[in-house]
Amino acid sequence: MKICITSEGNTLDSLVDPRFGRCRYFIIVDSDTIIFEAVENASAAAGGGAGIQAGQLMAAKGVKAVLTGNVGPNAFQTLSAAGIDIFTGITGTVKEAIDKFKQGSLKAEAGPTVSSHSGMK
Amino acid sequence: MIISIASGKGGTGKTTVAVNLALSLDNAQLLDCDVEEPNAHIFLNPIISDKIPAYVPVPEIDKDKCTYCGKCAEVCAYHAIAVIPANNGKKGNVLVFPHLCHGCGACSLLCPADAIKEVKKEIGVVEVGDSGDIQFVHGILNVGEIMSPPLIRQVKQYINPTRTAIIDAPPGTTCPVIEAVKGSDFCILVTEPTPFGLYDLKLAVEVLNKLTIPFGVVINRSDIGDDKTEIYCREHNIPDLMRIPFDREIAELYSKGIPLVKEKKEYKTGFNNLYKTILKSIK
Ligand code: SF4
Ligand code: SF4
Repeated sequence: MKICITSEGNTLDSLVDPRFGRCRYFIIVDSDTIIFEAVENASAAAGGGAGIQAGQLMAAKGVKAVLTGNVGPNAFQTLSAAGIDIFTGITGTVKEAIDKFKQGSLKAEAGPTVSSHSGMK
Repeated sequence: MIISIASGKGGTGKTTVAVNLALSLDNAQLLDCDVEEPNAHIFLNPIISDKIPAYVPVPEIDKDKCTYCGKCAEVCAYHAIAVIPANNGKKGNVLVFPHLCHGCGACSLLCPADAIKEVKKEIGVVEVGDSGDIQFVHGILNVGEIMSPPLIRQVKQYINPTRTAIIDAPPGTTCPVIEAVKGSDFCILVTEPTPFGLYDLKLAVEVLNKLTIPFGVVINRSDIGDDKTEIYCREHNIPDLMRIPFDREIAELYSKGIPLVKEKKEYKTGFNNLYKTILKSIK
């Protein structure tokens, strides 16, 4: 199953980027084969709507679950509409995040965890 | 004649200048374009005769016609639309984020399936009235709304060309300020003689130079701070139009919502002279 982890770098050893819409990289990985693709986030420095852009990218890539630190309401709405599960509060490396996901110990988020624009700093 | 009052930052006395200038002239109109926090009415107590809701167009998607092609999301410069394509037999979805929409109309124009129509969304209200001889107009943006330029535009539609229109602009140097001051014959920049005040003044000067609007400076609380603002104005040939000293009495009147010129008549002459200086400088 395809999952996406927001990441500060483009490898599995990179740290999880706590921001969803404004993360540096999206690591899109097949949780069974661990074959991954690192997609640089073109919206990291964009004006408004980065979470919405990122949400659409997830849908277009066929991602089924997103692992990140926080998601804002716009991103949450977009991801939910695409039927993508959202796991927040993730820390550590990308690899550790994948392991946690595979253990099934994570709980999907029922609502946004931060307000709009909070990744804009 | 349109005179706008702006300042690089809030709290410099912009509204004091706008209100007192209006009260010192014979045939004035005051338009409070600080729609996020209008406060000129506190000093003018206008009798409001008309309230006109302000709308912006936002897209509405006809999901029966939509093919989830993604064109609308692609053209929207403000990322106000998200398209989730159909996937594994699951129907697609289009989400509109009205608070991000600027009402530009690009999406409905370019939708190949003609699935987008524009509906009106209320963003605030324009109130029109009178305060003595002054015609009064202001806009009030709904709480949570961030698109103030369209509302400012709607306030400015009430500019009366037979009067001296005084526009109280929002503080800062961003889009809403530009929307408020553009089209003015002259702009008064209100500042304080402090390092922060000067920094923000310089930003405001840059904006006005770009807009090619003639301007001058009113220094409020002119006896606090330093003389750097004065020197800056002199060096850049910026008219130093008027000084308002720091005065306990002025501060007290302000806190009670009483306009300065009502209690201290010498300021009426001061503001009248300010107006005359402006007239001379744009001739
Ligand atoms: S452009 Fe029109 S048809 Fe295409 S996704 Fe948008 S609303 Fe649907
Ligand atoms: S009207 Fe313009 S800003 Fe609003 S959703 Fe359509 S393209 Fe985006």
